[in-house]
Amino acid sequence: MVGLVIVSHSDSLAKSVVELTKIMASNAQIVSAGGLEDGSFGTSFEKIKAAIESVYTDDGVLVLMDMGSAVMTTEMVIEMLEDKKVEMVDCPLVEGAVVASIDAAAGMDFEAIKADLSKVGGTRKF
Amino acid sequence: MADSKKVLKIIQAISLKMEEQKDYLTELDQPIGDSDHGINLGRGFAAVNEKLSGLEGKDIGTILKTVGMTLVSTVGGASGPLYGSAFMKAGQAMAGKEDADITDFLTIIKTAIEAVELRGKAVVEEATMLDAMVPSYQAMEQAVKEGKAAEEVLNAGVKAAWSGAEHTKDLIATKGRASYVGERGLGHQDPGATSYSFMLEEISKVTG
Repeated sequence: MVGLVIVSHSDSLAKSVVELTKIMASNAQIVSAGGLEDGSFGTSFEKIKAAIESVYTDDGVLVLMDMGSAVMTTEMVIEMLEDKKVEMVDCPLVEGAVVASIDAAAGMDFEAIKADLSKVGGTRKF
Repeated sequence: MADSKKVLKIIQAISLKMEEQKDYLTELDQPIGDSDHGINLGRGFAAVNEKLSGLEGKDIGTILKTVGMTLVSTVGGASGPLYGSAFMKAGQAMAGKEDADITDFLTIIKTAIEAVELRGKAVVEEATMLDAMVPSYQAMEQAVKEGKAAEEVLNAGVKAAWSGAEHTKDLIATKGRASYVGERGLGHQDPGATSYSFMLEEISKVTG
């Protein structure tokens, strides 16, 4: 199953996004990497790396992030895991996490989930 | 200009400066960012400072690379990947070197600029640290062409960096948190351009 990681500046936001996905996809392999080690706001290289490794299989891992350093720090982690199948996805965090977890739990593959997530940003709420 | 021993002194001076200017840098970050630039750089360079004794006798490339990697893993904000990439790439460019002259220093800054542009997907005139980095590089390159001594070259660089940082007050940010603030950010000096100017100033002080 494709693994999922939620990166946010806020530990509680990242954890809540993961919780929210469990309502519809309780079996998804999804973990959070929010905030710094001491719980303050920020993005932690070590936390993100550990989170990716914790859900990693040959099926790959997709990472969804909030903004700024979340993107840049994740990018650096992925560069360092160069031989692994890990990619960032550019999509709204909450909706993307819900879609990705449902897809992953249903056994969809890496590329198919990415294709689905590419449509999330364009879906209008009303 | 600087052997590995002096490079360690420079890094130490930068670390102390970041600690000293922590509150000021965070204050600059308050109206346009997430109020963490000084705190983050303070934390990152405190971690760097602790590694310095273990870097004695190492080449300049290794020193810069270690500084970069330490910043990436300890800063916790955008300046971590940005300065981290800058130092790491500069370290690659200086691999194996025990001594850096002013031409090597220009290579370091040029490499650092390219690293920040790539990591931040930014260019000049977007109210980022690049608005201090690029003018300082251009001024130093020009001074080297004019045959000026290393000390004068660095002085020219520091001057250009500070006026570049000052110029960010007139720019509307299109990258980073400040881009959400938009034109309300006018009149505020970019914290990243400021921290870079402090760094270059320390390099100039230690080598001068």
